[in-house]
Amino acid sequence: MQEIREEDIELEEDTQKGRFLTFSLGKETYGLEIRYVTEIIGIQSITEIPELPEYVRGIINLRGKIIPVMDVRLRFKKEPRDYNDRTCIIVVDIGELSIGLIVDSVSEVLSIDDKDMVEPPKLNKGYQNRYIKNIGKVGTEVKLLLDCEKLLTEIEVEDLKESL
Amino acid sequence: MENTNDSMLDVFLFETEQLIGQLEECILNSERAGGYSEDSVHEIFRIMHTIKGSASMMMYQNIASLAHAMEDLFYYIRDEKPVDLSYIVLTDLILEGIDYIKVEVEKIKNEDDLDGNFSELIHRIEAYLNELKDMTKLKTDCNTENTESSCEGNYYSNDAEEESRGIYQSIIFFEEGCEMENIRAFGLIHHLKPKVNEMFFLPEDIIENDKCTEVIRKDGLQLYFKTWLEEAEVYEFFYQTAFVKMVELNKIEDSIDLYKLYCQNTGKQEVSGNVNLTIEYEEAAKEEQDGKQTLRRENKERTDKESRPANVQQSIISVNVAKLDKLMDLVGEMVIAEAMVVQNSDLKGLVLDNFYKAARQLNKITDEIQDTVMSIRMVPLAATFHKMQRVVRDMCKKLGKEVTLSIQGEDTEVDKNIIEHISDPLMHLVRNALDHGIELPEERMAKGKEAAGTLTLEAKNAGSDVVVIVRDDGKGLSREKIIGKAKENGLLVKGEAEYTDKEVYGLIFLPGFSTKEKVSEFSGRGVGMDVVVKNIEVVGGSVSVDSSADKGSAITLKIPLTLAIIDGMNIKVGEACYTLPTISVKEFFRPMEKDIITDPQGNEIIMVRGQCYPILRLYEVFKVNNAHKSYEEGVIIMIEQEEKTVCIFADELLGQQQVVVKALPEYIRRIRKINGLSGCTLLGDGNISLILDIAGIVNNYF
Repeated sequence: MQEIREEDIELEEDTQKGRFLTFSLGKETYGLEIRYVTEIIGIQSITEIPELPEYVRGIINLRGKIIPVMDVRLRFKKEPRDYNDRTCIIVVDIGELSIGLIVDSVSEVLSIDDKDMVEPPKLNKGYQNRYIKNIGKVGTEVKLLLDCEKLLTEIEVEDLKESL
Repeated sequence: MENTNDSMLDVFLFETEQLIGQLEECILNSERAGGYSEDSVHEIFRIMHTIKGSASMMMYQNIASLAHAMEDLFYYIRDEKPVDLSYIVLTDLILEGIDYIKVEVEKIKNEDDLDGNFSELIHRIEAYLNELKDMTKLKTDCNTENTESSCEGNYYSNDAEEESRGIYQSIIFFEEGCEMENIRAFGLIHHLKPKVNEMFFLPEDIIENDKCTEVIRKDGLQLYFKTWLEEAEVYEFFYQTAFVKMVELNKIEDSIDLYKLYCQNTGKQEVSGNVNLTIEYEEAAKEEQDGKQTLRRENKERTDKESRPANVQQSIISVNVAKLDKLMDLVGEMVIAEAMVVQNSDLKGLVLDNFYKAARQLNKITDEIQDTVMSIRMVPLAATFHKMQRVVRDMCKKLGKEVTLSIQGEDTEVDKNIIEHISDPLMHLVRNALDHGIELPEERMAKGKEAAGTLTLEAKNAGSDVVVIVRDDGKGLSREKIIGKAKENGLLVKGEAEYTDKEVYGLIFLPGFSTKEKVSEFSGRGVGMDVVVKNIEVVGGSVSVDSSADKGSAITLKIPLTLAIIDGMNIKVGEACYTLPTISVKEFFRPMEKDIITDPQGNEIIMVRGQCYPILRLYEVFKVNNAHKSYEEGVIIMIEQEEKTVCIFADELLGQQQVVVKALPEYIRRIRKINGLSGCTLLGDGNISLILDIAGIVNNYF
């Protein structure tokens, strides 16, 4: 089912294929498939909600629509950093879900050909790699391309384990 | 194009579901009345006809042909009025047909393949129809054997050649305890028929009406007849008949017209001449022969008739719920926008008399719009309640129990969304009550109760809530059994003796309580009361249970009237803003340090007018930073929920406002259900406020 939907979207939005929005977290640069992204907004006041994992910072009011925001830094178990005027919220729509991703800063939109992508090395320890779909090469730089769907859906599994 | 198809499909599904509902109710009512009245036969026929028509238009051949078979059956019943109709068989057959159609409609809704095979049922219906036809034919043959005879009601005349010798009135009594007096009377009359010129009898409808048995037993069977037999011969004839105890035979005047006497006795309009009757009779027979032609003609007449009431109902339109939802959302946005304007921070400190006058006017109108939109979405519970009749009937049959369903307050209205959420739990509760609550008739008799149990569905308004009660007069919940089961499943958290009865009954709502020991067709499959509770909680309601041994138990569902907009009291704790439903706020005040008592466990209690209430520090519950910790700086809000009163400690009150309830984002709901929060809302300044779930808080902490 998922595959079919993905295919549909790809056919429709062929121009978006292979294009990634890159953002930085510390010294790494990550890429996000552009078809998921709906908008980028500056940081705004977040209403905290109790009893949630730390990386879910709370909810924001996006023009009358209430969406949750996730701090990607905390999600990847990095040191938290205070938000400043470079901090951005990338609003992504994945399936039915809308969510804001808090990142250090947004860089640019890049095209990366399939041939410039390699699979991440398989490591047994740590789960960080699970969210990296591919590693893209742009010139001499390396971009970590995120698997957006896993970023959201795997939370449930993980969180369930935590709560158990 | 696709769109029109969709809307046509919607209309078809909507109509069919409604018709089926009507049909079901009609059949169940008839069953209760012990037979099909002419009206209900007509109605069933009409409904089947409509379903057939619309199904074949939408190309659902299965439904169409099934409906057609049923229509045929009722066409026959309507026109021929067969006497010895087995209502039980008929009812079962039709209900089965309804179930088939229901399943099929459900499949259409879910866009599943329509693989239902109706041919077997259709065959059975046809077979039953043929059986009926054969039976009636036999009878018709019987009647036609007495050539040149005619009868209307129970008036019978025979153009025999013999000259009549006199008119008799006789009263016949049957032996006591011979039973089935009406059948015996019928037999007697049947045998007398060839021996008389004219006759009629009282009571009239001895076969159809069971009450006649009583009448015959008490007053005897009255016969009026004109015959060529001698008095002695008549006596002899009567005494030959089995079980006849006593015969009174009086000769009455020759000149009297027996037909006139018949008409007087039965209050019927006199029909001039018997010839007419014969013609009518023949016509009926003819009609049966070329049934198909008449069917078509009749159908045309019917459709003409059906279209007429539609004109009357034109003041009602059906609207897609999605549109109403959208309207509701917009009204919600409008309420927020209004707050944004009126409470705009730019206005602070300005003296704006005219502005506030206008704002009040605006407020009045938005309030009214909101009420109207809300009332559009309100649907009476009647349909949901009446669905239960079928459940009760089917279960009673299967379990061999006798239960009367009594429905109260079915006019109570709740939001359409809520109806959808309570119909399943309600069904579950009804099943539980029938399966576990109400005892078998013998058991009930032994306990000195009536053999038939009563299940009451009651709905009523209580403040901003609707209360739905499912009450049975069965054996009630057993404290020992519940405790036993709870112990097995490790659900007890304190000593057995410490539980109050109410707490014990509350245990049945815990997940994992259902033991799956006894799996019956209706309950015990492990989907227990916790599912009911979950469903009700989704719409912000609560469930409670009360019971007393051998008197029965009652389960109460408390559901908010509407989900969308509530009157809220905004409070501030640290940086965060929370909203309480105004309805649960009793009072608020600034506490004095000296009123507060701390018990050895560190729980804080406040004494207000001689009553003690527990205190809940909201910042502790929601782990808010920078909140006031000292009582002198904050405010206490006393809230009441289901007889429990709790004091909440917060920083300050922000004011009262109508708020639009929005669910927390799906993503967060997927992670976990957050205790104490029922949703969120947008404030006038665009900030988000979290709506407190008072019931959740109270039940969690106290």
